[in-house]
Amino acid sequence: MSALETQLLCKNFGALSVANKIDFRLEPGARHALIGPNGAGKTTFINLITGRLTPSSGIIKLAGEDVTALSQSGRVKRGLGRTFQINTLFRGLSVLENVFLTVCEREGIGNSILRRANARKDLLEESYALLESLHIGDDALNIVRELPYGKLRLVELAIALALKPKVLLLDEPAAGLPSSETAIVFDTVQQLPKDIAILIIEHDMDLVFRLANRITVLVQGTVLVEGTPDEIQHDARVREVYLGEGDHG
Amino acid sequence: MIFKWFNAEQGSAVERFAKRDRLNPLELLPWILAIAAYYVFPSYLPLGSQILLTILFAISLDLALGYAGIITLGHAAFFGVGAYSAGLYALHVTGEPLSGLVVAAIAAGILGLLSGLVILRTTGLTLIMLTLAVLLIVQEFANRARPITGGADGLNGIAMQPIFGVFRFDLFGHTAYWYCLSVLFVMWIFGLLLVRSPFGRSLTGVRENITRMHSIGAPVRRRLVTIYTISAAMAGVAGALLAQTSQFVGLATLGFERSGEIVIMLVLGGIGRIYGAIVGVVIFMIAQDSFARANPAFWSFWVGLLLVLIVLFARGGALGIADNLVALLRGRKK
Repeated sequence: MSALETQLLCKNFGALSVANKIDFRLEPGARHALIGPNGAGKTTFINLITGRLTPSSGIIKLAGEDVTALSQSGRVKRGLGRTFQINTLFRGLSVLENVFLTVCEREGIGNSILRRANARKDLLEESYALLESLHIGDDALNIVRELPYGKLRLVELAIALALKPKVLLLDEPAAGLPSSETAIVFDTVQQLPKDIAILIIEHDMDLVFRLANRITVLVQGTVLVEGTPDEIQHDARVREVYLGEGDHG
Repeated sequence: MIFKWFNAEQGSAVERFAKRDRLNPLELLPWILAIAAYYVFPSYLPLGSQILLTILFAISLDLALGYAGIITLGHAAFFGVGAYSAGLYALHVTGEPLSGLVVAAIAAGILGLLSGLVILRTTGLTLIMLTLAVLLIVQEFANRARPITGGADGLNGIAMQPIFGVFRFDLFGHTAYWYCLSVLFVMWIFGLLLVRSPFGRSLTGVRENITRMHSIGAPVRRRLVTIYTISAAMAGVAGALLAQTSQFVGLATLGFERSGEIVIMLVLGGIGRIYGAIVGVVIFMIAQDSFARANPAFWSFWVGLLLVLIVLFARGGALGIADNLVALLRGRKK
């Protein structure tokens, strides 16, 4: 049974088709990359999976269960976590609280009014440990708004990891990062437990080929080809899409 | 000893963070001042009661606007519904005040729940317009339903029984002052517990980034409707206090002016911090009272000017300025 599966997933904005009959499987423990030229519909695909967008037709399954009709929070509760291509953080709160809020939701205490949030030292410690593992422990009490961009990317990743997801969707986690921080991101991803299924959108082909054991190429909302890194590297159509773009772009 | 407060931030990051929402002795200061005010300004007690119940109204608004980021210009709807409910309850059922507060809270809470279910699907300008629409509907209903509400004449002849059957409301407002202060105190404790609980913290998450809140699995809509209902009920209690202590309810309780003014007061004090409600209301109402005496036609100009300065140069309001000063002092000491 796949960790994540889509069947004939379609999304149209008027006459524009941004996802066209996408059949996709993410196997348990996969390190699966989703690549394709700009505007191919990669982020749209992630937004469909997480429920941020409603598909025009098609089915989305998490661990075999049809979640197409579920809300975003319902899908998160079933083990789906994501990062955003553009930082989507609690900008006015501290780094620690960004993660702490997430941990509280994961533990299902977000509705509780009976005790102080900060009395949950265990969850605070857990949040802090996660920050340390991403080398941003020193910034725990700093306000997100005041941090440099590179650290924000790491906070973005920390929030997704704090959910302890079974399926993790990474939307260009290293976009715009200097190489030192890119290394932190990829070391972290590589050290994640093997049973987490990861789908990663990334433009840096070196990183993709280093990390992924499976690659899907998306072009204009349609799956062009899927295969192992080796197959993709030697696929004539993929070369055409990428090199063709290079020639004209 | 005095400077202990400035050095409170010590220990590991987690310890420092965990300490932040413990009750600071400084938080008792407003209550000491409120009790002192009773003895120092005995001839100002009616104004004092007005200030206290307006603070309660502002705190209720802070829960929705300051914490959850629900921008509303229609909060007087709940204040007014609370006032009318308490007035009608006293006229037709019993003049017992405490049950009147409960009735007002329930009535305003129901309006908050029902309107919240509809309007909290929207955000931004649409939401502001819808909060206004709810206010105008309630206002017009109160205006037209003369047999019930008295229309433009309002509800007259409200007679209150003594609190607990002992403390009689007197002409000079002694009882009213203590009554408002006690109710405010209880509501303040409730508000503090609420905003420092995981539920309250999640509201700041909704305010700061609703998209992220969805993506970490929070039931955002439910949280918003819940806090809006609680906020409405609290505003209803504030309205009930006005009805019970002034023994009159008029259409002005549902006025747009009251809705707008309370937002101004909260912004003056600083939003999203409970105490901004206290500071803002006190500044605004004392300024209003003294300016209005000195210069009845022109006082709102000064309030307006103050507001422009705050919005331009001190987004955190009066308490934001205080924060910056404390940070400056701490920096100096290092």
